[in-house]
Amino acid sequence: MSGKEYAGLVSTREGFSAGLKALGEKHEDIYVLCADLSESTGTAGFRDEYPDRFIEMGISEQDMVGTAAGLALCGKVPFVSTYGIFLSGRAWDQVRNTVCYMDLDVKFGGAHGGISVGPDGATHQALEDIALMRVIPNMSVIVPSDAYETEKAVYAAYERKGPVYIRYAREKTPVYTKRSSPFEFGKGITVKQGKDIAIFACGPVITEVIASAGILKTRGIDCGVFNLHTIKPIDEKFVLAHASAAKTVFTVEEHQTAGGLGSAVSELLSMKLPRKVVRLGIDDRFGESGSCAELMKHFGLDAESLSVRIEREMIP
Amino acid sequence: MEYPVKLETVELEGMARAARRLIIKMIYEAGSGHPGGSLSCIDILVYLYFNVMRHDPGSPGDVGRDRFILSKGHVCPALYAVLSLCGYFPEEDLFTLRRLGSPLQGHPNMLKLKGIDASTGSLGQGLSIGNGMAFALSGNGSPARVYCLLGDGELDEGQIWEAAATAGHYGLSNITAIVDRNGYQIDGSCGDVKNKEPVPERFGSLGWKVYTGNGHDMGSIRDVFSGSAGSPGPSVLIFDTIKGKGVSFMEGDPSWHGKPIGKKEYEKAMRELGNER
Repeated sequence: MSGKEYAGLVSTREGFSAGLKALGEKHEDIYVLCADLSESTGTAGFRDEYPDRFIEMGISEQDMVGTAAGLALCGKVPFVSTYGIFLSGRAWDQVRNTVCYMDLDVKFGGAHGGISVGPDGATHQALEDIALMRVIPNMSVIVPSDAYETEKAVYAAYERKGPVYIRYAREKTPVYTKRSSPFEFGKGITVKQGKDIAIFACGPVITEVIASAGILKTRGIDCGVFNLHTIKPIDEKFVLAHASAAKTVFTVEEHQTAGGLGSAVSELLSMKLPRKVVRLGIDDRFGESGSCAELMKHFGLDAESLSVRIEREMIP
Repeated sequence: MEYPVKLETVELEGMARAARRLIIKMIYEAGSGHPGGSLSCIDILVYLYFNVMRHDPGSPGDVGRDRFILSKGHVCPALYAVLSLCGYFPEEDLFTLRRLGSPLQGHPNMLKLKGIDASTGSLGQGLSIGNGMAFALSGNGSPARVYCLLGDGELDEGQIWEAAATAGHYGLSNITAIVDRNGYQIDGSCGDVKNKEPVPERFGSLGWKVYTGNGHDMGSIRDVFSGSAGSPGPSVLIFDTIKGKGVSFMEGDPSWHGKPIGKKEYEKAMRELGNER
């Protein structure tokens, strides 16, 4: 544990960065690889502390993933980080055919997840990474929702054998958990119970979901909010238990509505507990430039828009 | 370590002939596979596994062993033949190649077959894996070396050049790339499909020491390996070879890149290779 305290608005990137440094201090086998983005991925802190275990790969994502595989084959635990869209897109073949096929202990840090990265626009907004990563055998996928949770996800990824993808973000978002809050790989967390509908969410957008639940309460709708930070392997028991009481299930994520958290929940419920599932996210579109707040509103993922969409779609 | 055993030239040539027979029989029995490139690299692999690399079939996971990565994974029949000749697994296992449940996958899988140091198949990825191993081994103070076999057609892949730049930039002295320069890829000659030359200069400009030789002449192969030993920074050994070498009707015919071997062709090839088994 880094011992770092987070309060107010803090990016999940800070949690990733602190987690890497703390792991590096404790474990000699940790290496960090970076593709010319050490400041913006949050790996610079590790580099400064442990330069012998930091490899600057230049702007070569495919080579970086392959190099990490070689390190893992010789007993190291490399953390590879660049923007999530390049890690999952540009280097997908290397992730699949080299890392996951050999079930190697390579951990992936996908920075700039979601549309919240804002002004850089569509090319840099990872909106397909959860889908691309979760479909590969052996891969685990974690999308933590605040800085504390991201730091804990880094530790969990180290403990978990095999490849793990952690998505994190640049935008400062509310810290709503505590250092002492429980976090376990593969286990969903109940943020609040509710009898009318169940909302499963992942990532920093969860605080918008919590706020939307507050708005809906004033309209007489009692929402359960559930943090499904581990998307693969999905916590089946948790999802089934909380979906069973709800007529309508919602999923919320900063990701395409195809292939991500919403799909994972729908795949499970369609087999074991069929009911209406409404997937809220980015609906088969590219992102665009704008401020984080503008974009969240534009794509209907801010608290107010979410509350309207949920009320409209729920089965009374 | 049981190897290297330092065979004499005549013994190496006999071993390579035996390996060629195994390659032909394996691909014939499997009904598919890649004979052309397997036959072009086999002399180099025989030399590497018997006379250069420190490895032990009785302890395939030994952390101190040298590593080999077959970046052009489709010529795995050559690697399987050499591993079997070294004693990693019985010869009869070779003839399960590409069958359901076999550890001898169509492209090498390290989780299924002992002796494979990295799974490969998607071209262009082996050198990066080798660099990662080289970083880790030198970080541990290990004297182990990493060898990575590349095809010349494979040099079209951009990732090879990313990795070449990485090894050159960091001056990795414990990695050796080997290019099986047989001059052909699936759609034709390497020059016609897309020019890759000057290959030696391209590696050289990125900080590699370049050595060249004849990949079918054990004396030349020996000279190249000996000459490159102890060289600072990364070394690339570029061997001129002939696709399908050792089987007259396959030599230099690119259609034998990945064609099944028929019964008559099998019999003719085995006759040419001495048919000792």
